[in-house]
Amino acid sequence: MCSQFVKRQLAVLAVAAAGLSPALSQAQSVLIWSTQASPAKEQQAVRDDVLKGAPGAVEFLSNQEGPFLTRLNAEIQAGKGSIGIVGALHGQLTSNAGDYVDIGKAAGDSKLSPAFMKLGKLGTAEQKYLPWMQATYIMAANKKALAYLPAGADVNKLTYDQLVAWAKNMAEKTGGPKFGFPAGPKGLKHRFFQGYLYPSYADSSVTEFRSAGAVKGWEMMKELWKYTNPASTNYNFMQEPLLAEQVWVAFDHTARLADAFNGKPNDFVAFPAPAGPTGRGFMPVLAGLAIPKTAPDRAAAEKVVAHLLKPEVQLAMLKATNFFPTAEVAIPGDFPPAVGISAAAVKAQAGSADANPGMLPAGLGNLGGKFNQVYVDAFERIVLAGQPIKPVLDEQAAALRAIMVEANAPCWEPDKISAGACPVK
Amino acid sequence: MSTQLISVDVAQRRLRRLLLVGAVIATIWVVLPIYFLVVNAWSSQDAVNAFPKAFVPEMNHESLSFLLGFDGVLSSLVNSLIVAAITMIFSIGLGAPAGYALARYEFRGKGTFRLLILLTRAFPLPLLALPLTVLYIRLGVDDTLVGLALVHTMLALPFAVLITFSLFSGVPTELEEAAWVFGCTKVQAFRRVVLPIALPGLAASAIFAFVISWNEVFASSVLMIQNRTLTAFLLQNLDVSPMHMKFAGGALLVLPAATFMFLIRKHLFAMWGISNR
Amino acid sequence: MTNKSLPYWLIAPAALFTVALFLYPLSLVTLEAFTAKSGGYSLENFQTMVGHWKFGTALKNTLLLTALVVPLQMVVALSLAQLLTRVKSGRDTLLYVWTIPLGISDLAAGIIWLGIFEQTGFLNSALIGLGVVDAPVSILGFNDTFATLVAIVLAEIWRSTAIVLVILVSGIGLIPKEYAEAAEVFGAGAWAKFTKVTLPLLRPSLQTALILRSILALEVFAVVAALSGTKFPVLMGETYNWQFALQDGPVAAAFALVILALSVGVTLVYLRWLRVPRGAGL
Repeated sequence: MCSQFVKRQLAVLAVAAAGLSPALSQAQSVLIWSTQASPAKEQQAVRDDVLKGAPGAVEFLSNQEGPFLTRLNAEIQAGKGSIGIVGALHGQLTSNAGDYVDIGKAAGDSKLSPAFMKLGKLGTAEQKYLPWMQATYIMAANKKALAYLPAGADVNKLTYDQLVAWAKNMAEKTGGPKFGFPAGPKGLKHRFFQGYLYPSYADSSVTEFRSAGAVKGWEMMKELWKYTNPASTNYNFMQEPLLAEQVWVAFDHTARLADAFNGKPNDFVAFPAPAGPTGRGFMPVLAGLAIPKTAPDRAAAEKVVAHLLKPEVQLAMLKATNFFPTAEVAIPGDFPPAVGISAAAVKAQAGSADANPGMLPAGLGNLGGKFNQVYVDAFERIVLAGQPIKPVLDEQAAALRAIMVEANAPCWEPDKISAGACPVK
Repeated sequence: MSTQLISVDVAQRRLRRLLLVGAVIATIWVVLPIYFLVVNAWSSQDAVNAFPKAFVPEMNHESLSFLLGFDGVLSSLVNSLIVAAITMIFSIGLGAPAGYALARYEFRGKGTFRLLILLTRAFPLPLLALPLTVLYIRLGVDDTLVGLALVHTMLALPFAVLITFSLFSGVPTELEEAAWVFGCTKVQAFRRVVLPIALPGLAASAIFAFVISWNEVFASSVLMIQNRTLTAFLLQNLDVSPMHMKFAGGALLVLPAATFMFLIRKHLFAMWGISNR
Repeated sequence: MTNKSLPYWLIAPAALFTVALFLYPLSLVTLEAFTAKSGGYSLENFQTMVGHWKFGTALKNTLLLTALVVPLQMVVALSLAQLLTRVKSGRDTLLYVWTIPLGISDLAAGIIWLGIFEQTGFLNSALIGLGVVDAPVSILGFNDTFATLVAIVLAEIWRSTAIVLVILVSGIGLIPKEYAEAAEVFGAGAWAKFTKVTLPLLRPSLQTALILRSILALEVFAVVAALSGTKFPVLMGETYNWQFALQDGPVAAAFALVILALSVGVTLVYLRWLRVPRGAGL
């Protein structure tokens, strides 16, 4: 009896001891800690294709935002850690600008877009992150929807008013609203408002936040929402509602439409976002690579970063995640259909005569989240909760002003450069 | 009783029929959604996005075999099992004595202690995770199975303490005292008299500890790098995966937990044989 | 080890464990909640929290869900537990089936019920297949507040009643048959037996189940997020939003402290209402 008990206790202790010793390989591989390429298939593709041929052992772990931020901040606070490279969206990198090392040398000879390199400085003098991959919002439509376009509308040169008429047509003639918008909690809707709605209606993202043009823009959104599938507040990615034909026309960014284009390439078309009175606004979604100061092996991490920025590796990333390269590289013809379909729309959008691009917010530090929330709250209050436009915009403008002053961030495109904090009229 | 208009026999039959109907409805209510989960997990991507949905699975293994073939699934499965087992041992080891003390003794600080134990469940773990992770990294125990099990034990402890408390409360002190009269020491009396009666409580605590540890995602994602558990490794990204992957992942997650509960189910009834003589 | 110090020895391991792993990080986070941006102590984080336009709604929704779900599932669980005592054979299989939802995480439960209630989900497929409706019914749509609430309540009851059931079943076995038989001899019907014999003897388990379930219900999040997206704010969701999206730890801590305070309040009420006398039971 007694010996059995002792044996059992020893067995437990042995397991516990094994559980206490960290894996031996930890010190030798570079850990990429990312929020991108989250879905299982994409993670697998990154491990198999993108990291093949990387210098040394590389681990790729993708997480939801919560665990991502918690681990990163914990390592920084503790002063040591396992993360070698951080790979995340621009908005997720701004808060820790002070915790990243200057990564400029790691770019190697990859020619990266100058505008993105500037963003990667995060308002400092050093290169805090290198632009890794990009996407942008475009529109997608089921070919069935094209029959309901208003007269005289060219799907590649739509205006927002034509879009509303189109949505109304579909809602009335097909028994239900067929326009979809990613208004769910994980949708990137704040980028839509900052980079698409505002530049198209107010010719500004920040300064003219509550101008007459902005009011017009919100009125259009309210009208559009009447003909939007009400399940949109659940939608985070539009590819599935499109495939399930819950919606026929949708906004979303290229990586979140890819499944629809790949699954049924002959059923869908992609086209540029519409234009408003002050132009055709659009904005990139940008992911970057940074190296935290607590990285265990900086030199090895830099080598891996250089590998990831090589043109052929960026193409592999495109195949895996449907995010486009940030370097100049020609895309071969044998890629999955989604790439070709999206690329054509992206090109048309960027090259349109009335293009009015917005840039990602810069210099906001850890106020980036609150900045985005100003726009999301405006949407939720005006469009979802039906509150009157002018008072809401006034209140939100006050909040925006406070944020800009606290961050002391100068304006960015399409707003005119300012000396000091970007003003909010 | 003698003025009943229906015979006892008929009343009993009616009652039994009512019970049967009740049991059937309850079973369908529980099983149907799980059946839908299985249907979607075993179907192709097209079927999952189709409408109207088929009510019979296509028997398409695409999504499931992809997940099962994912690099490192087996080792993360083993990690999850080890962490869950350690959590069970720790939570019962810490919880059962505390439950016994709460049931049997009055002492200063009893109320505070009871409240404190409960509160570990009332505060969101993701907020506690940051200082905990800093502590773990400084001590060098991050990325260890025992380290994670300790966090899971914290989540499971209130269950272990309270359930054993409620079980021990139901065991009359007279039983133990009788055992002392007959010459058993306190420990023997506990082992021979109280423990068997409290076994359902221990089984229930074990179930909760296993399930809580198994399904925990946040701390597993933050604390573990090389030794990821199944939830952290594969399934924390369920939310952003395509529909068919969501269902396949969900189905895979349920299986081990369901298996464990199957093995333990008899012990929840251990005392029915004796109490309901 | 005297008799007086024995209880302290028994609770010592659990107490020390809780202090190290819970009180320590909790104190740090609580401190954060009371720290102003400019250093020094103030209530400004709480003021920000209360002044935010979603706070009232989130508080109301959380309390509403708790008030709806917990009593309903107590009734359901008690009925199921009673049912089990009457069943002669296959009892453990039945219990096993009824407790399978216990092994399903709230994330997976949200996915399952989304698959049932969404526009192209199983419910609509059934309704169309049976010819009850011509077009899919919108249940989780933005305007269907009541329908969404019902969907959330159903999903939550389905997911979490097993917790209550397991606790009650583990306690119900202690009630000897003799008591019920004695009650019958004295002329008690089924209902009287239930209320005068079973319920009082189940009191410790009832208290445990109510406390644990209520604490967990105040933290409801995953199912609500899955079924209602951004439409139905709850306290836990707002906590996560402030912590991760808005990167404002102090205000997130304030939200978490509100959840904690509610849990404490609810627990104290139950502890008083369902007091378990010492050496209770028989």
